[in-house]
Amino acid sequence: MSSSNWTADFLSQLGRDTPVAESTVAATRLWQIDSQAWQQLAELAVVHKLRWVAGWAEHVDKQFLINSCFEKQGEYLLLRTTVDVVSPELPSQATVYPAANRSERHSQDMFGIKFTSHPDNRRWTRHQAWIENSYPLRKDFPVQGSPVGVTPPDMHYPFIKGHGAGVYEIPVGPVHAGIIEPGHFRFQAVGELILNLEERLGYVHKGIEKIAEGRTPESLGRLAGRVSGDTTVGHCWAACRAMELAAGVEIPPRAALIRGILAERERVANHLGDIGAICNDVAFVFAQMQMTRLRELWLRTNATVFGHRLLMDAIVPGGVVCDLSDVACSLIKKDIAELRTELTEIITALDLNTSLEDRLYTAGFLSEDIAKAFGTLGYVGRASGQDFDVRRDTPYPPYDQVKVKVALENQGDIASRFWIRYKEIRTALALIEKFIAQLVAGDICSDWKIPPSGSEGLGIVEGWRGEIVSYIRFAADNKVARFYPRDPSQLNWPALEKLVLNNIVPDFPVCNKSLNGSYSGNDL
Amino acid sequence: MLRIFKKILTTGVVTEKFNLPRDAELEALGIQVKRHIDRQFSGSIAIRAVDAGSCNGCELEIHALNNPFYDIERFGVHFVASPRHADVLLVTGPVSRHMQTALLRTYEATPNPKWVVAVGDCAACGGEFGVSYASCGAVANVIPVDMVIPGCPPTPLALMTGLLGLMNAGK
Repeated sequence: MSSSNWTADFLSQLGRDTPVAESTVAATRLWQIDSQAWQQLAELAVVHKLRWVAGWAEHVDKQFLINSCFEKQGEYLLLRTTVDVVSPELPSQATVYPAANRSERHSQDMFGIKFTSHPDNRRWTRHQAWIENSYPLRKDFPVQGSPVGVTPPDMHYPFIKGHGAGVYEIPVGPVHAGIIEPGHFRFQAVGELILNLEERLGYVHKGIEKIAEGRTPESLGRLAGRVSGDTTVGHCWAACRAMELAAGVEIPPRAALIRGILAERERVANHLGDIGAICNDVAFVFAQMQMTRLRELWLRTNATVFGHRLLMDAIVPGGVVCDLSDVACSLIKKDIAELRTELTEIITALDLNTSLEDRLYTAGFLSEDIAKAFGTLGYVGRASGQDFDVRRDTPYPPYDQVKVKVALENQGDIASRFWIRYKEIRTALALIEKFIAQLVAGDICSDWKIPPSGSEGLGIVEGWRGEIVSYIRFAADNKVARFYPRDPSQLNWPALEKLVLNNIVPDFPVCNKSLNGSYSGNDL
Repeated sequence: MLRIFKKILTTGVVTEKFNLPRDAELEALGIQVKRHIDRQFSGSIAIRAVDAGSCNGCELEIHALNNPFYDIERFGVHFVASPRHADVLLVTGPVSRHMQTALLRTYEATPNPKWVVAVGDCAACGGEFGVSYASCGAVANVIPVDMVIPGCPPTPLALMTGLLGLMNAGK
């Protein structure tokens, strides 16, 4: 079935009671509907097996624009409605799409939009940094806010309580024992078994959406590169692509290929680190030492070739900043050959290790159904049968020139997420080689065109954690009016609450690591 | 098992030689050692890393200090799980307002004498995020800072130079 069929089919079923104004946002189909039909449309979308992708709002004059993005068979659909600022109410889509739950709570805290019949309308992003009934993303909220001397702790968040004999609670965080980001986990356990886990995030909320307003494209690119430090290439690319689509700027083919190389290098670096860290969390230090060694060598090549170990600010609106010389290409190819040899030796040793097998297989199981309901992305989704990858299903340059092999498993346990990562490293290495082979001569950055006021763009790329969606609207004078980045972690975090159930508390770290959500990318 | 031993043996020792930094080198890297450190602690420091709002970039490089190339533990620098065991708080990020109290409490829980090292441009000056309704900006806006290691993020070498410089500043 061609992709346009389902949209026509879907539209015909909506009937005459639901008028739909069709247009496009850059390359994405946009349907504007009445706010009363918001929930009904979501219900129909579930029936048509559309995947819920992202949701965000925007304050424009006396209205809030509310967006929901869906996807099916690689085609994206942006759904939009408006509500009045005076009484902003909208039926919730989280009733049918669990994936929309936290996103709507975020819009509730940041805009004061009331989602009626929402299954869980507790606050989410707001702790105590701003007071109730004030909303940071409204235009009349000053960027400095009105902070008190010391922001009090968020003492009275209504956590779910555990009752019954032998049930006890373990509060963990926000400051954790390791070198990791802050967040709070509330466990209810009986003996060693986890009965329930509730995540409380939002501790690293830095006001990214608010401080993005009024930035120039270059400045926004830098900010996007710091939404989540381990995904600097992914987020920067998604934001730049959104801006380029809005401004009608086409990047040179050489720049696209270099972006592809950067993104695949980021994927490899993170997967190497994660494979080691997963093994380390079950006390298998050999793997950790070997993988951190390989990661270090990989990052050193990044520094030599691109001037930054984590590849920050390598992508800019219009293209990239660093060209690839022939010497650099040979260095990268030599590195890849060595990495392949080393990985074969190490992974074979890990595969044959019975203590790893004992700890990783069947632990942290995520079923296909739950993965689907939460719209789980990237390696977490693909380890639980969610066969989706933007690079293959909605290819953007340079992935439109190559065939991307997408690893897929349906075992759903930690071992599965471990092996998916390994397979993705292999695919990424092959892709880098292909991009180098195809590297055409030419410019690496196009001239920027000032976008007309009000122009919008939706940049969707496959970051190392999965699909990243970046929305940008420009105001006049080349300034950004709205920036919303949706990190894959936002959809993957809720899956952690499910996959730890019936595991033992001491296995929480390895369960968490196998998912490895970004706190910063989630909290914004 | 034989494969593991073989890989360990053929990998060998990859840990690199590292000379203790001089004051001039610290200055060249923009690292400021503001206070001289009590002599009795030189030789070993226990660090509690606190992410007070970073993007996670700095954490990745702090992690790298423990990889076999840098192996910072050979210099007596180790990371501990509780602030109560720590001599040094290594704080990253602009301090988000939601982390302000948590950071203050971590600081209070750390026994005296203690030092605070602000790691990364955000911790140094607020970086890309600055001060806003959601961010307190630099770490020094929340707790006293003894030393700053700039960079976005600082490389493991800059971190190593800074931390070893801190340890030896009192000698």
